[in-house]
Amino acid sequence: MGLTPTASASSRVTYDPPSQDGWVTTRLEFLVNWSRANSLWPMPFGTACCAIEFMATAASRFDLARFGMERLSFSPRQADVLLCAGRVPYKLAPVIRRIYEQMPQPKWVIAMGACASSGGMFDNYAVVQGIDTIIPVDVYVPGCPPRPEALMYGIMMLQDKVMQQRSISDQAQYDEITIDPTSRLYIPPSRIDELSEPFGNSVHQTRSAP
Amino acid sequence: MSVVIPGSALPADTPDPITPRNLSYRGGEANPSVDAMRAQFGATIGRHDVMWGETTVWIDATKVREVVLWLRDDPGQQYDYLVDVTAVEHRDPALPLEMVWHVRSLPYRRFLRLKSALPPDAALEVPSIEPVYKAANWLEREVYDMFGIRFAGHSDLRRILLWDSYAEGFPLRKDFPLRGRFSRSEQLSQALLANPDAKYSMEELSVADAFHELPADMRARLLRDQGGS
Repeated sequence: MGLTPTASASSRVTYDPPSQDGWVTTRLEFLVNWSRANSLWPMPFGTACCAIEFMATAASRFDLARFGMERLSFSPRQADVLLCAGRVPYKLAPVIRRIYEQMPQPKWVIAMGACASSGGMFDNYAVVQGIDTIIPVDVYVPGCPPRPEALMYGIMMLQDKVMQQRSISDQAQYDEITIDPTSRLYIPPSRIDELSEPFGNSVHQTRSAP
Repeated sequence: MSVVIPGSALPADTPDPITPRNLSYRGGEANPSVDAMRAQFGATIGRHDVMWGETTVWIDATKVREVVLWLRDDPGQQYDYLVDVTAVEHRDPALPLEMVWHVRSLPYRRFLRLKSALPPDAALEVPSIEPVYKAANWLEREVYDMFGIRFAGHSDLRRILLWDSYAEGFPLRKDFPLRGRFSRSEQLSQALLANPDAKYSMEELSVADAFHELPADMRARLLRDQGGS
């Protein structure tokens, strides 16, 4: 603060704090990113045990307030980050899609835990195999459930991502996801089937033809 | 509204109940309601079985409403609490589907499990016991949702856990694959097309309208919870 190049007679940079009090020069993009990254308001979408870990992260021992995230927004209209903690069954798929659509731009999504990231151990008829098949995800936090340190590391990664955005020139961050109106999907069906390939113990499960 | 005191119908010198220990897997003293049911209904009541001290009675599924109505209202039975309604499909395809009702008598401290096998060739339909126990409403909806057993006389037989337009079948049936019948993308697009608001029945929507019909003490409690407004 206060260190600005001034042209002197010898064309050297001089440092004169008293004449430079009360103002700062920076790139506007940096300032916008900096204020965004340090005041991310999360919308907690807690459906399972990961939400308990998230509560521990928000409470005093781990203290999410250090990252400017202590203001949990239980309304999507005032939220920046959708923090999905827990498994999402198919019945909740339209709900989480609607919550994401209600959030103002720019917005980010953290998939906390194995179930939100990939369906986890619930490779069955009822659970969405990763919320990235419904909404775009920025940070995946692995773990079952992740420890608060892991979630905070994911949050810091998201802050890094926000800091690197071209917040002024790049209009893409204000675009809504384009959804196929008939299927309501935003990525091709073949990609979804690829993303949710069977794995683990349930490989030998048989699936009838659609 | 009445207060039910557990054990109030038992003789005054009955000792307090203790957790039973050293129960045998099969055998033991059957619930005295079984003999009373046989005397009342005759051939409607089939065999009975005592397992881990709990009594199971096989009954004719078509007569279940009469049986539970009598169990609830007879002064010698007073089964006032419907614990659960569920169904069983066995891994052996030769065995039929079974309906299971759990009822408990608080005044007599008795527990009774009613079972009935559903014939494999007929339509999966049993009489609803919702007219007897209102608690059966959601329980029977869940059995319908998971097993596809229909309940004749149910006031609002819809799916309860899955959404209304779910087209893959009944998930707890043995012929249902664990991952469902459709591909993941098809499942997801069908789920996203469902309207999350279209789940309330007319009854659930009219709870607020029925406020003035509630008992006075419940009205007072609700008003107090809302800050005395």
